[in-house]
Amino acid sequence: MAWRDSRASRRRLLLFVSSITLGVAALMAIGSFGVNLRRGLDYQAKTLLGADMAIRARQPFGEAAERLFRTLGGEQARETSFASMVSFPRTGATRLAQVRALEGSFPFFGDLETEPAEAAADFRRGARALVEDGLMLQHHLKLGDEVHIGAYSYRIAGRLKRVPGESSTAGLLGARVYIPKQFLNQTRLLQPDSAATYKVYFRLPADVDAEQVAKKLEPDLIRLRLDAETVAERKANLGRSLENAYDYLNLVAFIALLLGSIGVGSSVHVYIKQKVNTLAILRCLGAKSRSTFAIYLVQTSTLGLAGATGGILLGLAVQYVLPHLMQDFLPVSIPFSVSWVSVMEATLTGFGIAVLFSLLPLLGLRRISPLLAIRASYEDGTRQRGDLWSWLVYGAILVSAGAFAVAHTRRWVHGVWFTLGLVAGLAILAAVAQLVRFLARRLVKRSGSYLWRQGVANLYRPNNQTVVLMLSIGLGTFLMTTLYFVHNVLVQEVTLLGSGQRPNLVLFDIQTDQREDLRRLIRSLGLPILQEVPVVTMRLASLQGRAVEDILRDPNNTIPESALQREYRSTYRAGPVDTETVTLGKWQSQAALGQGPILVSLEEGIAQRLKVRLGDALLFDVQGLPVATRVGSLRKVEWERVQPNFFVVFPPGVLEDAPQFHVMVLKTSSNELSARVQRAVVETFPNVSAIDLALVVNVIDTILGKVAFVVRFMALFSIFTGLVVLAGAVVTGRYQRVRESVLLRTLGARKRQVLQIMIVEYFCLGMLASLTGLLLAWAASWSLARYVFEAPFVPFVLPSLLALSIVTLLAVAIGMLNSRGVAGRPPLEVLRIEAS
Amino acid sequence: MLTSSPAAPTILSVEQLTKSYKSGDRILTVVKEMTFSIAEGSTCSIVGPSGSGKTTLLGLCAGLDRPSSGTVRLNGTQLNSLDEDSLAELRNRHVGFVFQTFQLIPTLTALENVMVPLELRGESQTANRAKDLLRQVGLEDRLHHYPAQLSGGEQQRVALARAFINRPKILFADEPTGNLDAETSQRIVHLLFELNEAFGTTLIVVTHDLDLAGRTQRILKLRGGSVVSDETNEHLAGAARSD
Ligand SMILES: Nc1ncnc2c1ncn2[C@@H]1O[C@H](COP(=O)(O)OP(=O)(O)O)[C@@H](O)[C@H]1O
Ligand SMILES: [Mg+2]
Repeated sequence: MAWRDSRASRRRLLLFVSSITLGVAALMAIGSFGVNLRRGLDYQAKTLLGADMAIRARQPFGEAAERLFRTLGGEQARETSFASMVSFPRTGATRLAQVRALEGSFPFFGDLETEPAEAAADFRRGARALVEDGLMLQHHLKLGDEVHIGAYSYRIAGRLKRVPGESSTAGLLGARVYIPKQFLNQTRLLQPDSAATYKVYFRLPADVDAEQVAKKLEPDLIRLRLDAETVAERKANLGRSLENAYDYLNLVAFIALLLGSIGVGSSVHVYIKQKVNTLAILRCLGAKSRSTFAIYLVQTSTLGLAGATGGILLGLAVQYVLPHLMQDFLPVSIPFSVSWVSVMEATLTGFGIAVLFSLLPLLGLRRISPLLAIRASYEDGTRQRGDLWSWLVYGAILVSAGAFAVAHTRRWVHGVWFTLGLVAGLAILAAVAQLVRFLARRLVKRSGSYLWRQGVANLYRPNNQTVVLMLSIGLGTFLMTTLYFVHNVLVQEVTLLGSGQRPNLVLFDIQTDQREDLRRLIRSLGLPILQEVPVVTMRLASLQGRAVEDILRDPNNTIPESALQREYRSTYRAGPVDTETVTLGKWQSQAALGQGPILVSLEEGIAQRLKVRLGDALLFDVQGLPVATRVGSLRKVEWERVQPNFFVVFPPGVLEDAPQFHVMVLKTSSNELSARVQRAVVETFPNVSAIDLALVVNVIDTILGKVAFVVRFMALFSIFTGLVVLAGAVVTGRYQRVRESVLLRTLGARKRQVLQIMIVEYFCLGMLASLTGLLLAWAASWSLARYVFEAPFVPFVLPSLLALSIVTLLAVAIGMLNSRGVAGRPPLEVLRIEAS
Repeated sequence: MLTSSPAAPTILSVEQLTKSYKSGDRILTVVKEMTFSIAEGSTCSIVGPSGSGKTTLLGLCAGLDRPSSGTVRLNGTQLNSLDEDSLAELRNRHVGFVFQTFQLIPTLTALENVMVPLELRGESQTANRAKDLLRQVGLEDRLHHYPAQLSGGEQQRVALARAFINRPKILFADEPTGNLDAETSQRIVHLLFELNEAFGTTLIVVTHDLDLAGRTQRILKLRGGSVVSDETNEHLAGAARSD
């Protein structure tokens, strides 16, 4: 019976049920992706680290450390890595790179992916290097080219494509360059106090558990200031950030599904309204209200299932694409396989939500009176709301949305907040949509030609789903444009940093005896030196008399390990510079070792993390020499400037004789000049490194561009869902539209006028929907700029106009496509049309 | 000859008008070789059992449909020779319609509905004329209501106002009281004739309502697609011209 009744409108129904298809597709694809991701992480776990365990230090391993390593057995490999300029004589390019000198057969698990593949082994046999593929592409380098690192030169043996456990974005800023460790000393770059990382990789004997070894070693590691990392740890860290991204995508997919479901709900509403007569007749013929209800529930559920099935098929296609979009961020390769759990979950979620949403209008069926068959009344009975059952359904929708969110976020509070935020967000969006629509009507009413007024008035046609459409299309537009804005603001922020007289090139690792020559070189190139600062590296030895090791061992310790363990790069000067303001205490302008307390100035944030206040005692280990200090003042620092900033600043008179390097801050007027300076500096002072702001901007741009691409992909789902709902609404409302257009033709409208009215309607729909999204996007961007990025809000007029026109055009295209033939209907039908 | 008054010019003349529909492999002739003409300013009702071709005939006369053969001449123009848009224009200038099911545009207010025919022509300043007409049908306090907020009788009164806004030469009404109760019907019929008289419009009304038919000067009876009787209501026919 249910099936027979749907005969006439089956296709139409299927179209609107397909508005959940996209949502289900997204859910399924992302769910499957997540499963595969986890599977990939498990299978390839060992390749994440390339070894069973890695131990790391900031200085060369001492004798005690070496003794410890010997007790561990298994196979070992060493890596020394540091930042250095590398230059390519053939093309004249210079770049800051992460140089990694390798010894032994690391990676033990997985491979260094290179082109050619043999290069991963070959380069270890001579003065050869593997160079980051991106860097080679950027500077048009070829295999066999020379690369200068410090005082030595290497031949490029291969392009480096992937390092186990690292995503390819990892090499963006510090391009990775591998050289064999036996050719490291020839660079003459490493002094005992240079900033470098020393690593030993272990491949433990098969019966040894790396986790247990790491646990057992812990006291020794703390004592020797070593850091151990195991596969499980690396996996947990990676997993956490990937799971966050995955959760985020899941929620976006869910929003698309919800929007689609709202579309389903309102389409069912329209459908039911058209069925009121049939229903009343059925009631007259003795059908019980419960059985009519059941008929339609079976109908919509069947179609809901069909929609969900379509979604699964589409999802398979999406799932195939998704890893390609994300691969730059992924440390492992993702196997393609269908996760049946995800398929089930997506089907059930999509189906369930669709049925819940269609229940709302279906509930109205129970109240259709058989009297309606005898006498059409204006109250058709499907409108009343607010009985117990509908509230139950509303509750069920909210609860299931909440349950989904809670299940897909790490912490249930986040899930609850997401749900509340979603409800609030949709409410705001709906309110703005209503407001925009209202204003449009007002505006057009006052002026405007008849065609415009009629077109806009049509937005108020009952059953037109205008608000749902504005919701989904508006949300998509909102996501897209806000994202665009955030991207731009960040890039602009960084670009602005180097504008005007602000520095944009930083030279560091300058030895004290190189200063004079370097200054001369810079001046000969016609550049002013904006700032020159000494840097002394040190570690925290004790806090308020308690040794850092003790604090680390204390289970009740709340001070973050990173703050205690980090290498402090400090400077000394007599007062604050223009990026700093003293907020508490006084700056000591002169001090001397052994004569009264040495008062240091701490940056507010680090003071907070270390939980210290004015007057607290800090003992620093300045490369073997203990220096006792007290907190003399706290500073606020403007970090976002291209110049060295410091957590700890000493007064003059203490660190002058400590081993130190210097930083020079320059301003170049063009990228070419900057490259020339870097080249000249590297030629004469191979140990000096340079950070160019232009490069940083470039990297941020690239990374954000990739993130944005993923988000945009999801925002498109929302917009497409909107367009499917639109197509459904147009087809569902076709009957009414035909009726109106025929009537207008009878009253003397030309075919063109009828067409124009329809175009105006879809034009306004697309325009108002995108306007709603844009309005919110501008509001969001403004607040983001103001409160999060603390940057000036730069209106993005052109992209907004672009979004406006694309969305509007799409809406008109879809609307007109689905209204084919409406305007051309012979006017005679007006006489045959029944009252509805 | 079937002309009602030789003195009055003819506004509508129908010759050998035939309309057939193909249903399956059968050809169904709904209007059979009808010939008649209507004098300008007269009133005429078309009666007949359901399915006798009344609505079809009306559609053909108003240029809403094209005949299988025969001709329709409306206000001196041969409808056959016109394309769809010219027909629309002709309707817009000279023809008014009232339907059984009111046929108001649901997204427009009463006032806006009445203005539509003039606005389609691109006329502005139409609100005052529309308000006048709505006042004449007694809806001055319902100007800004939407159709859904009006009763059936009120909707039909709006439709009446809309039909007269372009001062049509001829008004076609297809069972204008078919969906209304007796009392409301009377009111509508009264208004229809009142407006008709005021505007000097030719009125052609299809109806089952004998009371309504009795008020027209001429009654055409159809059966099976042919005119079976054509009566002139003598005292009314005389009165019409003397006004
Ligand atoms: N498009 C059509 N196709 C086939 N038959 C039609 C069509 N339109 C009307 N008819 C038939 O023409 C006959 C006359 O219809 P109609 O003019 O509406 O009669 P009335 O208005 O007098 O009740 C009916 O039998 C109807 O079934
Ligand atoms: Mg009829």
